[in-house]
Amino acid sequence: MASSQTWLFRPFQERSTQIFLGVLFSALVLVTFLHLFMPQDSALHVSAYTVTLLGKYLCYALLAVAVDLVWGYLGILSLGHGAFFALGGYAMGMYLMRQIGDRGTYGDPLLPDFMVFLNWQELPWYWLGFDMAWFAFIMVLLAPGLLALVFGFLAFRSRVTGVYLSIITQALTFALMLAFFRNEMGFGGNNGLTDFRDILGFNLRSDATRLGLFIATGVALAIGYVICRGIVTSKLGRVSIACRDAEARTRFLGYRVERVQLFVFVVSAMLAGVAGALYVPQVGIINPSEFSPLFSIEIVVWVALGGRATLYGAVIGAILVNYAKTVFTGVMPDAWLFALGALFVLVTVFLPKGIAGLLQKDRKANANDDAPAAQEATA
Amino acid sequence: MSMFEQLTNRERVFEFLEPAQSPVDVRHGPILYMEDVNVSFDGFHAINNLNLTIDDGELRCIIGPNGAGKTTMMDIITGKTRPDNGSVWFGSRHNLLTMNEPEIASLGIGRKFQKPTVFEALTVFENLELAMATNKGIWPTLTAILKPEHRDRIGEVLETIKLEPLCNKPAGILSHGQKQWLEIGMLLMQKPRLLLVDEPVAGMTEQEMERTAELLTSLAGKQSVVVVEHDMGFVRSIARKVTVLHQGSVLAEGTMDQVSNDPEVIKVYLGEEA
Repeated sequence: MASSQTWLFRPFQERSTQIFLGVLFSALVLVTFLHLFMPQDSALHVSAYTVTLLGKYLCYALLAVAVDLVWGYLGILSLGHGAFFALGGYAMGMYLMRQIGDRGTYGDPLLPDFMVFLNWQELPWYWLGFDMAWFAFIMVLLAPGLLALVFGFLAFRSRVTGVYLSIITQALTFALMLAFFRNEMGFGGNNGLTDFRDILGFNLRSDATRLGLFIATGVALAIGYVICRGIVTSKLGRVSIACRDAEARTRFLGYRVERVQLFVFVVSAMLAGVAGALYVPQVGIINPSEFSPLFSIEIVVWVALGGRATLYGAVIGAILVNYAKTVFTGVMPDAWLFALGALFVLVTVFLPKGIAGLLQKDRKANANDDAPAAQEATA
Repeated sequence: MSMFEQLTNRERVFEFLEPAQSPVDVRHGPILYMEDVNVSFDGFHAINNLNLTIDDGELRCIIGPNGAGKTTMMDIITGKTRPDNGSVWFGSRHNLLTMNEPEIASLGIGRKFQKPTVFEALTVFENLELAMATNKGIWPTLTAILKPEHRDRIGEVLETIKLEPLCNKPAGILSHGQKQWLEIGMLLMQKPRLLLVDEPVAGMTEQEMERTAELLTSLAGKQSVVVVEHDMGFVRSIARKVTVLHQGSVLAEGTMDQVSNDPEVIKVYLGEEA
């Protein structure tokens, strides 16, 4: 039940958030410990490769939380969230490119390698400022946020919803993919941005930096989760659910449905951008394939598998599916898409509420104990 | 006065600082005024030169056969449908044709749909909480805190609609009649000046109907209530003034006895039932 706390602190009183944060931070501490203090030859040692792999999963988890916020609570099935993820990634990639300086193959102090290769004489205007970390980090939020703001403003004002909106989001990410493939765009064409050297002065190839990025991603996931949880447990979260289930009714109650949708959509796009920005230094490359419609659909599958409208379900889904993907693509690369399809069908049939639905069953029993207390609170 | 003095004058209230929605002006009598309204959908005239006035505090029943334009009329008042021409005024100050649904709603017009529409995933309590008359902007909604007086207000309405025992249950499990009541409760939370109630007793038992009649009549006086209903017995039990719609315009207006004796009305509507 609603309490007297401010919205951002309310999640900390929730059991599910406490458990989530507890598990997440224990995992961070455990991995850090096993990486730093276990001898290399021990079976318990976590290699730098694994640390980066886990960091990648956490980026995906944050992205899945962002998708669950708009899909689970607002009913907007975005099939183009990869676009926001990639934009955040490109903003970070541009910063990392400028950090290379004259250490590139061509040794140009200002121009990144691919521009020298294309015979460009000067830096395009939109690359200006990306040599400064603070500017790049603001752009990580601003670029996806602005795209979501403009796109959402046009779509929600015209009351485009449901399947039509999903198709348009899909078209959006596809159009961006085609645009970023072009060399003339100035984002490295189909090779994208790569060969990064360091971030904030730390060498990206050192194990310590990798561990730092992994921890930063974990912290970002925790913050993102708490922000989303704060929104969904606030009155605005209940209004979002109202928009999802009975849009006209919500409007006649006096809420501006399109503004609620726009707000939540922009927050979600920014979180996706942060996820992308943390992803790029860990995998060492950003290219237009992140814009591919298939990737955006895959994100939706993670959320569906994990369970919609729970947020922690999205995290579980993203990590499990991507772990399965890592294992599968190692053993039988060709079979992965079939396995993913089969998994999706099985979960839809047998676990309509996803993996989170399984966890909730256990909590049902506890919920009955809470019921009288809740009644007392409202009396 | 010089420009500077004008700007620094503390007494002055700039126009943009004044609340955008000034209170509804009913000094001239009617709270709702519709004149010569026409709507057609693909050549079908749903509303035909409709003229209708509702007085402040009045309880008005609107009846008419299917397709008479009752629901379309409500759509026009609440901003869902724009008429082809005509004028619709709320009090003598607010032109409803220039406003959208949320603006009209926050001005004090509440609407109950024909099919009961409540938020099934939310609890009864939360349904009422969302309907509460407060600032409904994004930031105030995000940072909203439920104050004791809000709880009291919700408690009052829960008592009125007799859903206290179910207040923490999701609205999806309510019976059809209970959903109708919850929706009326949500209207009450909005503290509207004008309630538009579309078929409030559909799917209700005799007992529930009686209670609904009681509730609606008790509301009239403080608020203006417009009820669209098919159930003649129910209309007879609450109506003081009845308007008969037919083919998108007013066919007759008066007390239930007057209209039910009107030969025109008998021909198009009551005749079928008698």
